[in-house]
Amino acid sequence: MSIEDDTGAVAHVLVVGAAAAGLTTVEALRRKGYPGRITVLGAEPHAPYDRPPLSKQILSGAWAPDRAALRTEETLSGLDTEFVLGDPALALDPATRTVRTGSGRELGADAIVIATGVRPRMLPEQRELTGVHVLRTLDDALALRTDLLAGSRLVVVGEGVLGSEIAATARTLGLDVTLAGPLTGPLALQVGPLVSGLLAELHSERGVRLRLGNGVVGLTGDQGRVSGVELSTGEVLPADVVVVAIGATPATEWLAGSGLELDNGVVCDSRCRAAPGIYAVGDVARWQHEGLGRLIRLENRTNATEQAMAVAGAILGEDRPYEPVPYFWTDQFDAKLQVHGFLPADAEVDVVDGELTSRRFVARYRSGGRVTGILGWNMPKQARQRRQEIVDAVPSPAPAH
Amino acid sequence: MKVVVDEEKCVAAGQCVAAAMDVFDQRDEDGIVVLLTENPPAELADDVRNAAAVCPALAIRIEE
Repeated sequence: MSIEDDTGAVAHVLVVGAAAAGLTTVEALRRKGYPGRITVLGAEPHAPYDRPPLSKQILSGAWAPDRAALRTEETLSGLDTEFVLGDPALALDPATRTVRTGSGRELGADAIVIATGVRPRMLPEQRELTGVHVLRTLDDALALRTDLLAGSRLVVVGEGVLGSEIAATARTLGLDVTLAGPLTGPLALQVGPLVSGLLAELHSERGVRLRLGNGVVGLTGDQGRVSGVELSTGEVLPADVVVVAIGATPATEWLAGSGLELDNGVVCDSRCRAAPGIYAVGDVARWQHEGLGRLIRLENRTNATEQAMAVAGAILGEDRPYEPVPYFWTDQFDAKLQVHGFLPADAEVDVVDGELTSRRFVARYRSGGRVTGILGWNMPKQARQRRQEIVDAVPSPAPAH
Repeated sequence: MKVVVDEEKCVAAGQCVAAAMDVFDQRDEDGIVVLLTENPPAELADDVRNAAAVCPALAIRIEE
């Protein structure tokens, strides 16, 4: 996929989405000296806020909600940008580069940046029952916290990063917590069997009940309130609060009639361009990673920032492929995991620093004879120092054809 | 330029070290940011601004 830009000089940039990726695009444009007009359109009423603390410091109450704000009001006003908040985008016309909003606004621009993120997947019955939550927004986190403080038995459906973090936070708050999901251990898909096994041990020691390895078929309710989670074995896990954390889908419904290619995200070239003058950034963007030679989409905080800086550069005429080494972190109980690169399930894993038994180690993941990823468990600095091994192992891009 | 770091917000990603290794380091034991110089010289200013921008925890503040 190759897209020729016909935008010429850009005088107005419209960013659709007001979270980390959208805001960083604005800041990077200003830092690179872009003097023109910028408008940011956000579906939520809140000023831009950060999501990683939602499942940890905000849910636990360690931080007041305003501490999740990405920037102070003063810093935001220094960006000389118009923020249109609480007004979701409904449609995009790429030919005229115009976005129509829920309140009936028509916003036209020379360049449009799609930064609408993802929406949590849900179980079919969950809208009909109270006490069932997802966690994506600040309002979601505050609603869940209210229910956790009043509740006693939580079942978390979904053993990925978010579900495992919520289970750990809720356990720390003193709830009876069960973690359910079809995989064999927490983060089994993200970190492979060895580290997933260690996470399972950690969660068990801290009192999280693990009911993994069986799919969840549905929810049970009593007078409109959730009462349990039903597994494929027929067993029902009793609950007065349930969190559903079974992944997310790109928020692209509003682009359905736009003609843009939508396939597990907004499909982009290696410059994060979906069409002339149209870019996508963050969780919603699926772009061609030249180093890997395929389309990828990353749902992590660091990518929101790094891709936003790349998109700002692309808007201003820089011509460089965006090919990051992915990075994410997760904090669960006293374990701080740092993950650089890719950790395929079939990778060979060697401990290259520290020891598994002391729960302080760096693991190197190799697949097809190449280093693809590095994982640190309570050794963030030592893990980062080995990141270069992944960079050095990336094959040269395939020749263009 | 004056640099202020928030150790409590820091998530030990180490992105700042990659961006400006003469200004930032990480503690060996837990990876939390270590500020090597509060007042970096002008020639490092761009690197430091970049470090603040890539920090995923918003733990670096710059007072110009």
